[in-house]
Amino acid sequence: MSQEEIIKEGLLKKFNYLEGSVNIVRPRRMSIEVGLDNFMPVFAYLVKDMRLSHLCTITGLDEQEKLGFIYHLTGESGVMVNLKTSVAKASPLIKTVTSYFPGAEIYERELEDLFGAKVSGLAQGNRYPLTDDWPVGQFPLRKDWKASPEAEKGADKNA
Amino acid sequence: MHNSKDFKIPIGPQHPALKEPEGFSVALKGEKILGVDIRLGYNHRGIEKAAEERTYIQDIYLIERVCGICSHSHSTCFIQAVEEIAGLVIPARARYIRTIIGELERIHSHLLWLGVAGHEIGFDTLLMYSWRDREVVMDILAAITGNRVNYGMNTFGGVRRDINPEQSREILKALDILEERTKYYIEIATEETTIIKRLSGVGVLSREDVLRLDAVGPTARASGVKRDVRVDDSYAAYGELTFDVITDEACDVYGRTVVRVKELMESYKIIRQALKNLPDGPIAIKAPRKVPAGEALSRYEAPRGEDVHYVQANGTEKPQRVKIRAPTLANVQAVKHMLRDRFLADMPIVIAAIDPCFSCTDRMIALKEQDCAKGKIISWPALHAYSLEWHKKQGIDFTELNKKLAARGQK
Repeated sequence: MSQEEIIKEGLLKKFNYLEGSVNIVRPRRMSIEVGLDNFMPVFAYLVKDMRLSHLCTITGLDEQEKLGFIYHLTGESGVMVNLKTSVAKASPLIKTVTSYFPGAEIYERELEDLFGAKVSGLAQGNRYPLTDDWPVGQFPLRKDWKASPEAEKGADKNA
Repeated sequence: MHNSKDFKIPIGPQHPALKEPEGFSVALKGEKILGVDIRLGYNHRGIEKAAEERTYIQDIYLIERVCGICSHSHSTCFIQAVEEIAGLVIPARARYIRTIIGELERIHSHLLWLGVAGHEIGFDTLLMYSWRDREVVMDILAAITGNRVNYGMNTFGGVRRDINPEQSREILKALDILEERTKYYIEIATEETTIIKRLSGVGVLSREDVLRLDAVGPTARASGVKRDVRVDDSYAAYGELTFDVITDEACDVYGRTVVRVKELMESYKIIRQALKNLPDGPIAIKAPRKVPAGEALSRYEAPRGEDVHYVQANGTEKPQRVKIRAPTLANVQAVKHMLRDRFLADMPIVIAAIDPCFSCTDRMIALKEQDCAKGKIISWPALHAYSLEWHKKQGIDFTELNKKLAARGQK
């Protein structure tokens, strides 16, 4: 059995609600979609039990009413698991994964700055990557955001 | 975050010890670093947003400019993701050419780093030597692609320029020179007391810390972690070529130096094999302007480590989302750890040792002639001759010395 199949079987055995949402896209690429409530146990299982010990990055997505987050996990086997979860844009609260990956701090700060996600449990620190005087409530990677003259004016006002 | 009672000094965002804008707030006790607070983002140019507003073809050229050194790395990483979504299988010859350019880029990047590292520890002779030798690979890149960086080699479905037999011979000739020089650098790195003493035990990052902090590239490999996308998640022609993943157990700046110089030898090995086995056939296939809806994640072993691009397509000719994670972002986390409890004087070399990326630009030169408003384009040999002549006029003439040296070399 290939590593991809081992991961798939392990997940389905442990979390029956994942039925139908674990896909082997091609050799070395898997995608999993999971609701926010079940995200942490699945994430922990992949990291600890399946030894996907390297978090490449976290991708943020603007999906109209929702914000999507893809955690790109991989390990020594080279299999890359794209674990996706999403949250309502109105209350975009997710939990930090820095207890598993201290290096994830900068990826989570990026989600906060560029998508307006709120990451609970993230230690105090410098923002990344926007400037300290960036206007409140402006999230550049949201689809409806445009670098409008108003936004630029807003930046000046806050400077 | 620091304790408010600590003595703090700011280094950056503009500082002579840094090659790029980045802000460090360093808490000190005497000369010892208690902790470092890093502020990044000064170079954020909104490329991901800009990529969503441009066509895939435009994005190749935009994304190539994410980095002034790893330009081929970023464009290949992006293009691989798009090709996967579109289901494009590129010709074997194109895969090999992408590999050759990728390795030539690694050579130029590692030689550049060696010079910077030499400079940071006050060993400027090493800087002069390695950057002189780097010109050999820069000339080859310019001859094949037409440019020293931002090569514009990639296009959807393959590459834009072929490598002809004559160019192939030129590359092999250049590799012979570079290999000879690299052997000398390996000798310096492993035997020269100044280097060994200055770099050993500096910027320590244990194997466990690499795994915990997710460091990548030579930074990870110098701590004994065999992490290399060319092997772990093989792409282009790497699966068909044999080479070693260089690791070292030193876990410090010295180890990172040894890994990089030894990796140069592997790059020569890869290029020689790729040129020898370069498959015949077309260099590109026709690709559609619109990319069907889908998503893909692509990884690439850039000179500084793992580069990651995620692309989501929506069926139009513009991407829905492009996410880029360059290797330095993964490694900068480790820097904090490496600096703790070290001396302030080690800071420049520790930061330089992860090889943070800075821009190396085009070298097209326009000289203004007297009484001529328009510029003049000058060829490389003519510029060389002009330079010698100019220095002679200033009283600096090495003609006799060069003759003597050449005569001594023949003996």
